[in-house]
Amino acid sequence: MERVPVLKIGDMLLVSIQVDMEDQTALNLQEDLADKIVATGCRGVIIDISALDIVDSFVGRMLATIAGISKVLDAETVVVGMRPAVAITLVELGLSLPGIRTALNVELGMALLARARFEAEGGGDAGEDDETVAAAS
Amino acid sequence: MALGTDEIGRFAGFLKEHEAALVESWSHRVADGLRGRLSQTELNRQIEELFRALSEALDGGAGTVEDPNAAELRAVLSELSRSRARQGFTSTETAVSVFALKDALLAAMDARQADAGTLRDFIAFSALIDELGLFTFASYAAAREELIADQAEELLELATPVVKLWEGVVAVPLVGTLDSARAQVVMERLLDALVTTGSPYAIIDITGVPAVDTQVAQHLLKTVVAARLMGADCIISGIRPQIAQTIVALGIEFGDIATKASLADALRHVLRLSGVDTRRNGRKDG
Repeated sequence: MERVPVLKIGDMLLVSIQVDMEDQTALNLQEDLADKIVATGCRGVIIDISALDIVDSFVGRMLATIAGISKVLDAETVVVGMRPAVAITLVELGLSLPGIRTALNVELGMALLARARFEAEGGGDAGEDDETVAAAS
Repeated sequence: MALGTDEIGRFAGFLKEHEAALVESWSHRVADGLRGRLSQTELNRQIEELFRALSEALDGGAGTVEDPNAAELRAVLSELSRSRARQGFTSTETAVSVFALKDALLAAMDARQADAGTLRDFIAFSALIDELGLFTFASYAAAREELIADQAEELLELATPVVKLWEGVVAVPLVGTLDSARAQVVMERLLDALVTTGSPYAIIDITGVPAVDTQVAQHLLKTVVAARLMGADCIISGIRPQIAQTIVALGIEFGDIATKASLADALRHVLRLSGVDTRRNGRKDG
C-alpha cells in the first residue's frame, strides 16, 4: 500500500504527490493530513503536484476534498507546481478546480500562505495602497 | 507511353551523336526563357548535368521517368526544380528548362534527312520529355509547398515571443490574427515561461491583434484560466477603443479577469499587486 508522506516545515505541511493516486491512497492521504493538521496545529497545507503527468477529475476532486477538510480545520491549502501540459488539458476538459488556490512553485506557495495569514490576521489593507497610487497618478 | 527498347537506343545514340550541339542550343533556349536571371555558367552546368543524367538513364534502358535506372535523372530534375523554386522562378520558367530540349532536338533533327521514321522518333522522344517536364512540375510544386510550410512555421515562432518585463512579470505581445494553432502555441509558450522564470504574473498584450471575435476571446480566456490553474495571475492589456466596443457588442464576458487599456497600466497594476511602490517621484504637473 502506497502512502504519500506529509512533511512539516515550520508551521506548514508539505505534501508531495509522486505516485499515481488511487482511491485508497487518496483516502489515506486525507486521513493522514487531517490527523497531522490537528496534531501540529499547522495553518497552511502545500500540495505539490509537479510530479504528476496526469490530473483528471478524480485527482481534481481529491484536491478539492483535501482543501475542504483543511478549511474546516482552519488551514489554507495551496496546490503548487502544476505542469503547463496538465493545465492545458484541464482547461480543454473544462475543469477549473474551483475553490483551490494555486501557486507556481513551493516557494511562491509558502509566500502566498504567509500573505494570506497576514491579511486574515488584519495586518494590512491592500485597498489603502490602491487609493494612494490612484490619487498620485 | 513507355519508349520501346530500339527507340531508347536510337534516342541515346542521337543524344551522343549531337551532344555538343544539343547542349548548346538547349541552354541557349533556356537562357532566353529565364531572361538572364541565372548566370550562364550556372545554367550550362545545370543543363550539362541534366543531359548527362538523361543519357545515362537511356543507356540504362529507362523508357519512363519511374524506371529504376532513371533514379539519377529524377534526383537531378528534383534538385533543379527545388533550386528554381527557392530562387523564385515561376513554374513556367522551370518547366521550360526541360521542354526546351524538344526545340533543341527538333532543330538537330531538321539538319538531318527528315523522313517518317525520324518524325515517329521525335514524337516518342517528345513523350518522354513531356514526362520529364511533368515530373519537374510536380517537384517544383512540392518544393514550393515545403517552402510555404517552413515559412508558416517560422512565422509562428517569430510572432510569439514571451518577454520578461520585471522580476516576476512576463508579457506576451501578440501581433497578428490569433487562430487556434497560434493560440495553442501562445498558451504553451506562456505557461512554459511561467514555470521557467517562476513568474506569478503574466500580461497578454493584444495591441497588435487586428480583431477580437468570440473565438479569439475564447482562446484568451482559456490561456488565462490555464495560467490561473498553475498559480499565476494573468492580465489582458492593449484593448483598443474599437475592440472594447466589439467585446461589449458581442457580449463577451471576461469575468474577474483584469483588463487594462495599455501595457503600462497593466504593468503598474501588477507591480502594485506585488507590492512595488509605483508612485512617480518628483512629478511636477501632478
